[in-house]
Amino acid sequence: METTDIGLWGVPLAMLGGAIRVSTPFIFVSLGEAITERSGRINLGLEGTLVFGAMSAYAVAVMTGSPWPGLLAAAVAGLCFGLFHGWICKFPKVNDIAIGIALMLFGTGLAFFFGKPFIQPSAPDLPAIPFGAWSDIPQVQAALNVNVLFLIGAALAVLLWWAFRNTRIGLIVRVVGDSADAARAMGLNPNTVRLLATGVGGALAGIGGAYLSLYYPGSWTERISSGQGLMAVALVIFARWNPLGCFAAALLFGGAGALGPALQSVGVTQGYYLFYAAPYILTLIIMIATSSPSRALAGAPGELSITK
Amino acid sequence: MADTVSSPDVRAILDARGYRPVLEWIARRAEALVIPLAALVVGMVLFSLFILAVGKSPAQLYETMWRGGFGSWFSIQNSLSRGAPLLLAALCVALPARLGLVVIGGEGAIVLGGVAAAATGVALNGAPSFLVILLMGVGGAAAGGIWIGAVGALRHYRAVNETISSLLMAYIAIAVMNHLVEGPLRDPASLNKPSTQPLADIYRVGNIPGMEVHWGLVVGVVACVLSWLLIEKTRWGFAARIAGGNVRAAQVQGLAVGPLIVGFSALAGGFAGLAGTLEVAAVQGSANGSLAAGYGYTGILVAFLARHNPLAIIPVAILLGGIDASGGLIQRRMDLPDATVLVLQGMLFIVILFSETFYGRFKLFNPDLWQRNT
Repeated sequence: METTDIGLWGVPLAMLGGAIRVSTPFIFVSLGEAITERSGRINLGLEGTLVFGAMSAYAVAVMTGSPWPGLLAAAVAGLCFGLFHGWICKFPKVNDIAIGIALMLFGTGLAFFFGKPFIQPSAPDLPAIPFGAWSDIPQVQAALNVNVLFLIGAALAVLLWWAFRNTRIGLIVRVVGDSADAARAMGLNPNTVRLLATGVGGALAGIGGAYLSLYYPGSWTERISSGQGLMAVALVIFARWNPLGCFAAALLFGGAGALGPALQSVGVTQGYYLFYAAPYILTLIIMIATSSPSRALAGAPGELSITK
Repeated sequence: MADTVSSPDVRAILDARGYRPVLEWIARRAEALVIPLAALVVGMVLFSLFILAVGKSPAQLYETMWRGGFGSWFSIQNSLSRGAPLLLAALCVALPARLGLVVIGGEGAIVLGGVAAAATGVALNGAPSFLVILLMGVGGAAAGGIWIGAVGALRHYRAVNETISSLLMAYIAIAVMNHLVEGPLRDPASLNKPSTQPLADIYRVGNIPGMEVHWGLVVGVVACVLSWLLIEKTRWGFAARIAGGNVRAAQVQGLAVGPLIVGFSALAGGFAGLAGTLEVAAVQGSANGSLAAGYGYTGILVAFLARHNPLAIIPVAILLGGIDASGGLIQRRMDLPDATVLVLQGMLFIVILFSETFYGRFKLFNPDLWQRNT
């Protein structure tokens, strides 16, 4: 593809395209984590789920020659990890944060173990829709080449936002997250609800992983994740457990993550590694700015150990 | 348990004064030993099933693991070398944990400690060696201490969750190291692997006499013993344990919880920074990307296995160092991926955390409940 010289305009354009490309895994992981946290548990293991999802999606896509079975495999694998977390955390004195750290290690280890033979072969990519076809400028075309998963993620964010407010299931998840006692009084079993919420959260994180290996960066390596699964947990707090906020925050993170490569593409190489740290620094600043020692976070589920 | 001690029981205890108190003493302490060991065995059995499922022999695997980790003087020394940084990395998790903080970003303090030590060593080139090595240690510990101390301060004064902030700061620390090592501090002679300038030989930390293990092992063991003394035998440790149990109760008692949290976090980060210093001064000879080798993450596992007891960290770190050391042999002899060790570590971690649920469940370990049968 030939590049037209558009000067510094390339930076915001590349950041827009990058935001769309980089944000997709954040959208899925943070929506999954939002469901889990709304039910009153934290799953830090989504990082491991993401990596295992990326590996299983890639492996299945290589073997079947189509990305869709890979996507399904990643979702099922994520579901299993989520259900395991949800099951083991119901026992007394078992700490959900610590189990998450263990699952992070375990999921990553399993992914590396089974993923070894799949580092070489190449898998078919997930399809993208060229929204930029109207333009003659290759950079615009590249920036607006939007993957279907991004669109699904956006729709899912709206759906979840609506469902939390307006559906019976949404109410059940919220009541379990706000007060296990109130849920029990309503005849609900908090452990069952949390089991399912963590399972669904894991499945979404698996899909986020599939996007990494099947679209961008689009191959399976042991360095495929750069902490997206963990940053998503911080992102959910920033988004105040609101799915629409998760979507917006994911875009913001994607844009920050695209800053380094975008500057590099126009020839700025000074401090390259520091720009790479932009999403982490942004997350940290946001967490510092929005936390307060004197009051609980607005919108926080009452049962969440992280806010108690 | 005043209601369980009725007068016949007291007489029974007095009659049996010879052995009964001894039994009770053993029983009360046995729980902390039996449950983790049982969990370790269960974890190894589960891992055997996993190895069977992928079509290999668990017996051969454990035999290879033993040989690679502890089978010969050579492999024991290898395990001790790998265990040395884990001692310090685990303290970075265990000390804040006694205050109820889950800090998992020790990797960042290790990396920055290593860079600070390397920069100190290069800047002071020409000064007497003992002074430079001392200042490298101080610089490394200070860098790590400030990093994790900031995590503690953010936790206490801004209520920023320490688990997430420490991890984010680990990523930032690695980016800072890459920036410094590839930019301002780069040795132009390091082409393929960007590094700082190599330390002069007289500033390198050598081996313990008679062993192929560097002095970092001694530093780590001393740090663990001192940490244990700090927690168990000093008033600061006592205050920390109270604050870890219940922050409000500690504040009502007038304990300065803020300085306690920041101080313990900074000390923890200082130990991790020291691990980075030793990695530079004893192993690498310069700061480079190898500093982020994952010791910080394995240290989390060590600390949880040791249940945040600094003395228990010593054997656990050496055990995990041995498992790490055997990874290469397992890969070569059994044609298994090097991630096999990671899978085992993950399984052990999960089983150990699960075993928490069994504490206080067994009558055998609670002499207060024995009375009813006698």
